[in-house]
Amino acid sequence: MSQNFIAIDGFNFYYGQSKCLKNITLGIAPKEVTSIIGPSGCGKSTLLRCFNRMNDLIPNTRIEGTIHIDGQNIYTPDVDVVDLRRKVGMVFQRPNPFPKSIFENVAYGLRINGVKNKEFIAEKIEQGLINAGLWNEVKDRLHENALRLSGGQQQRLCVARALAIEPEVVLMDEPASALDPIATAKLEELIVELKKKYTIVIVTHNMQQAARISDITVFLMQGELIERGKTSEIFTRPTKKITEEYITGRFG
Amino acid sequence: MKSYKKAQTKFLEQVVGFGFLRLCMLIILGILSVIFFDIISKSWGVITWEFLTQSPRNGMAEGGILPTIVGTVLITIITAIFSVPLGMGCAIYLNEYAGTGKLTRLIRISIRNLSGVPSIVYGLFGVALFVEAMHFGTCILSAGLTLGLMTLPWTITASEEALKGVPMSYREGSLALGATQWQSIRTNVLPYAIPGMLTGTILGLARAAGETAPILFTGAAFALPGLPKSLFDQFMAMPYHLYIMSTQHHAIEIVRPIAYGTALVLILVVFLMNLSAIVLRYHLRKSRQE
Ligand SMILES: Nc1ncnc2c1ncn2[C@@H]1O[C@H](COP(=O)(O)OP(=O)(O)OP(=O)(O)O)[C@@H](O)[C@H]1O
Ligand SMILES: [Mg+2]
Repeated sequence: MSQNFIAIDGFNFYYGQSKCLKNITLGIAPKEVTSIIGPSGCGKSTLLRCFNRMNDLIPNTRIEGTIHIDGQNIYTPDVDVVDLRRKVGMVFQRPNPFPKSIFENVAYGLRINGVKNKEFIAEKIEQGLINAGLWNEVKDRLHENALRLSGGQQQRLCVARALAIEPEVVLMDEPASALDPIATAKLEELIVELKKKYTIVIVTHNMQQAARISDITVFLMQGELIERGKTSEIFTRPTKKITEEYITGRFG
Repeated sequence: MKSYKKAQTKFLEQVVGFGFLRLCMLIILGILSVIFFDIISKSWGVITWEFLTQSPRNGMAEGGILPTIVGTVLITIITAIFSVPLGMGCAIYLNEYAGTGKLTRLIRISIRNLSGVPSIVYGLFGVALFVEAMHFGTCILSAGLTLGLMTLPWTITASEEALKGVPMSYREGSLALGATQWQSIRTNVLPYAIPGMLTGTILGLARAAGETAPILFTGAAFALPGLPKSLFDQFMAMPYHLYIMSTQHHAIEIVRPIAYGTALVLILVVFLMNLSAIVLRYHLRKSRQE
């Protein structure tokens, strides 16, 4: 894959005075899975949240540099953020189902984007929940409040909700951190499957997971991009010593 | 292990702590029940069907207090129509759109301060603005609007608190799905904030219903022959009537039971409003949890 779908160039991000991302330059190819790994607090979530401009909501933040998605600079004033977020879906680090029914949670994205056709919505919801590996557990209780689901079920519901509007990019921030091994395996299968249609960027603390599902791995540390490479290479012969130390758990 | 407190000491501390808190509660409860008991015992014989459905007679020494009930209800409705939508709208703007700049902070501080302005000052302002500048005269409309101004800071503050109670993740979640900010607020913030907003608002209205000072110069009358016929008529109101009956009447000793009766009805009306706030919130919360 030569052409980058997401291109980050000389990108800095500030929370107030503190510089959280430092001169990041990175290309993300379409229809591949890219993992972002790195120690806690290094800026993985921050970087991910720049791709759909979620950080706009946090006061006193500032950026420098550019991010292009599908050839368009997403930080120019004429960009329609609503449109951007419809194209760039996100599963948050903490499951955040709405206190509505399971059905309404998944239908939410469709409804606000103007879909009215009931059969179409029902079909999308079933498909989304099947994709997220949740259908069998919830098919008899679709109209129950989603807050009654377990943490792991809630996270899969958020995956289903993000997929229902068929974005082009799917951002996942530690989607498996609340899942048991079986659900994790299902989610990983799903991610590999989703790769056919979507460009996926996933943040994970689980090295095996990054190794299993991603094509490209990016290692961040203290806001700096240390290394980016094919997953197979990063995990077998990283070029930097610090990367190797982190991956093998001999870090710090 | 030595540095840990002994279980016995901890237990004692707990007993003393809870004991003190319980005492505070009992004192307050005691004061409240004395007031309530006093009013009820002195007004018990007065509250009859006639008292609630007839106008005062014989220089207000006999008859009922119907015009005052009607007056209070009418101005409270005006107050609600004016201050509920305006207050909620202002709170939504401040909390969801205004950001965190210096100007927003200044506006917010001003609103907090306004809620501390004495009600008589609002009364004076009401005269200047509604009665004179806008030529409404002393009437139901002027008094209702004055009370509305007075309750606005309360409504705004209570509504803002309710909006703050809605987790940020609801907003983020819907925005991340491509909702516009207004869609996100309408479908994913307001439904969860409305119960709290309404409760705060109704409590503010209940307070307004019992105020005398703001209506004193803006439309409340000492005594009127009949019920008001339009919003531009003067009116009688319970709190003002109570004030007259206890300090201004020519035969204060004789009309004392009427004063107490008025007090009880006023308390009941305010209590009913508070109760309806609680019931409303309970039902809204429950319907959200289904
Ligand atoms: N809203 C915020 N305001 C100020 N600083 C923040 C904010 N969010 C994050 N930070 C800071 O930015 C840095 C990067 O945070 P970020 O959440 O991106 O880390 P992360 O790599 O996702 O960590 P983790 O693996 O623990 O989720 C941290 O030092 C954090 O304290
Ligand atoms: Mg994170």
